[in-house]
Amino acid sequence: MSVAVQIDRVSKGFSTYPALKGVSLSIEPGELVALLGPSGSGKTTLLRLIAGLEQADGGAITFNGIDTRRLSLRERRIGFVFQNYALFKHMTVAENIAFGLSVRPRSQRPDRQAIQKRIDDLLDLVQLGGLQQRFPAQLSGGQRQRVALARALAIEPQVLLLDEPFGALDAQVRKDLRQWLRDLHRRTGHTTLFVTHDQEEALELADRVAILNQGLIEQVGTPDQVYDHPATAFVCGFLGEANRIPVEIKNGQALFRNRPLLSLKGTNATGGAELFVRPQHLKIDSPELAALAGDVTLIRRHGAVRRAEVEVQGVDRPLEVDLASAVAPDLGERIGLRVGQGHVFAGGLTPSFN
Amino acid sequence: MAMHEASPLPKDQRQDSPLVRRLLIAVVLAFLALFLLAPLLVIVVEALARGADAFWLALQDADVLASIRLTLLVAAIVLPINAVIGIAAAWAVAKYRFFGKSLLLTLIDLPFSVSPVIAGLIYVLLFGAQGMFGGWLQGHQISIVFALPAIVLATLFVTFPFVARELIPHMQALGNVDEEAALTLGATGWQTFVRVTLPNIKWSLLYGLLLCNARAMGEFGAVAVVSGKIRGLTTTMPLAVEILYNEYMSVAAFSVAAVLATLALVTLVVKSVLEWRYADDLAANHRPDRTRA
Repeated sequence: MSVAVQIDRVSKGFSTYPALKGVSLSIEPGELVALLGPSGSGKTTLLRLIAGLEQADGGAITFNGIDTRRLSLRERRIGFVFQNYALFKHMTVAENIAFGLSVRPRSQRPDRQAIQKRIDDLLDLVQLGGLQQRFPAQLSGGQRQRVALARALAIEPQVLLLDEPFGALDAQVRKDLRQWLRDLHRRTGHTTLFVTHDQEEALELADRVAILNQGLIEQVGTPDQVYDHPATAFVCGFLGEANRIPVEIKNGQALFRNRPLLSLKGTNATGGAELFVRPQHLKIDSPELAALAGDVTLIRRHGAVRRAEVEVQGVDRPLEVDLASAVAPDLGERIGLRVGQGHVFAGGLTPSFN
Repeated sequence: MAMHEASPLPKDQRQDSPLVRRLLIAVVLAFLALFLLAPLLVIVVEALARGADAFWLALQDADVLASIRLTLLVAAIVLPINAVIGIAAAWAVAKYRFFGKSLLLTLIDLPFSVSPVIAGLIYVLLFGAQGMFGGWLQGHQISIVFALPAIVLATLFVTFPFVARELIPHMQALGNVDEEAALTLGATGWQTFVRVTLPNIKWSLLYGLLLCNARAMGEFGAVAVVSGKIRGLTTTMPLAVEILYNEYMSVAAFSVAAVLATLALVTLVVKSVLEWRYADDLAANHRPDRTRA
């Protein structure tokens, strides 16, 4: 049932800006892939191209080797879950779910009992038994989301596409639905792509993550690959927080003000670069020994840990340091910092990011 | 904390004084009574001036009956055409981007700003005996001016904006997403229109059609120019009222006027009911998530 999706050098421009500039990605049957990127990166455009809601300017998208340009929307058999669900508000939950079956040509349309059976099965699957006769307006956000998913699954899609599936939900519901969706994917095994701007969501849910920026894919890989080995400065900055420290590369070492900060394996590049270090990879050391030294200007709570901001001369923004509770410095104290691990990207080529 | 901040203001700061309120309401009521209610009453009083029998007799006149039939026929032709064209125009404006869209929007409003008499005159100049196509039409035994086609055309001209203007903002607010959902689920374009778009816009469509109907039955200027006022053939009810009045047949004139007013009032009542129903429907289907994104 599930198909492999091959995206080959797809480009798409809108009147004012290019949305995709030659994107290639291949997706295995049954795989769960996240398209992650900031708004305007082209991720939703890519999803709409796969669905056939937009036409690509160049390149090709194939399902199991069949060029989708030869397929009508109906033949593509896409299960598309829209960001705001797009439930038909004048239809009940049952009518919404049955819609895709009831619009089929008479010869392919299941009979009444079969449709009812399918509705019941899907409502069980999305855990909404008993809500058949409700209208969308009478459902909570999470319930609507699941109705939209059931409606998309009703047509036995070859590919399931979800546009910001959790975007309109509050934090707690998001978390529950995320787990539930992963579970559902395991059981149903549809080739699934979902778009998100939330890196946590992408890393937690997806088998593989494709990170998009300004119409290009920056990196594709498993959550561990992209998080631990970011290919570009953008990826590193987008997947979680990172401090940026200007360094000089020489003899396999990253030097900060001529003092070695981190030794780099297998690089013989030299010159200016930027070192990205995550807050949890900065360790407190004595200010005399460490290459980085500065004053603690702020200590605040950051989720599970406390975090210090350390002002270091020669670094633009204060460094963010996660604190192990045992060794909390005082406000205003001068501390040294050691770099546990980090990623170096050539300074001049660093794309901007937030 | 917010509770304290929200403590009520002194009453006199939040509301106008009772005097101003009563004065304003009185002014509005007096105006309505003088300019709307009084004329309506006069129509009824004049129509029944010589008793109910005279009223019924006046309405049984062959020419009067013909004018009532003609008015209803014109409305029955104009309404479906306006529904189709209005939906098409609203669809084009709300769902597509194209060059000249703002020009189209302006053109849709044109009948509101052009005097109906001029509209009628345009059709006479185009299709009349001396008009651009007049010779050709005469040669082919087609009569447009001083006949039903011209009355329909003139009425179409003045009533076209109602449906489109009612639908455009509504369809713009709805966007494309429901239609896209239907298409990805395998619906054809026609299925999508009938099963998704039409139910979404049905109330504004009906509302537009009611306004359109009221205007179609009541239109005088444009129809007066193109109809030639041939008694019993091309006189609609508003024209019949004028002819009868000019001939000092005031009971007959006011009887027809009373029927016309009643038709308008029925439309108004249906519109009010719909408005109430429509608001209810909207409220029931209110989806907060619509406003996002």
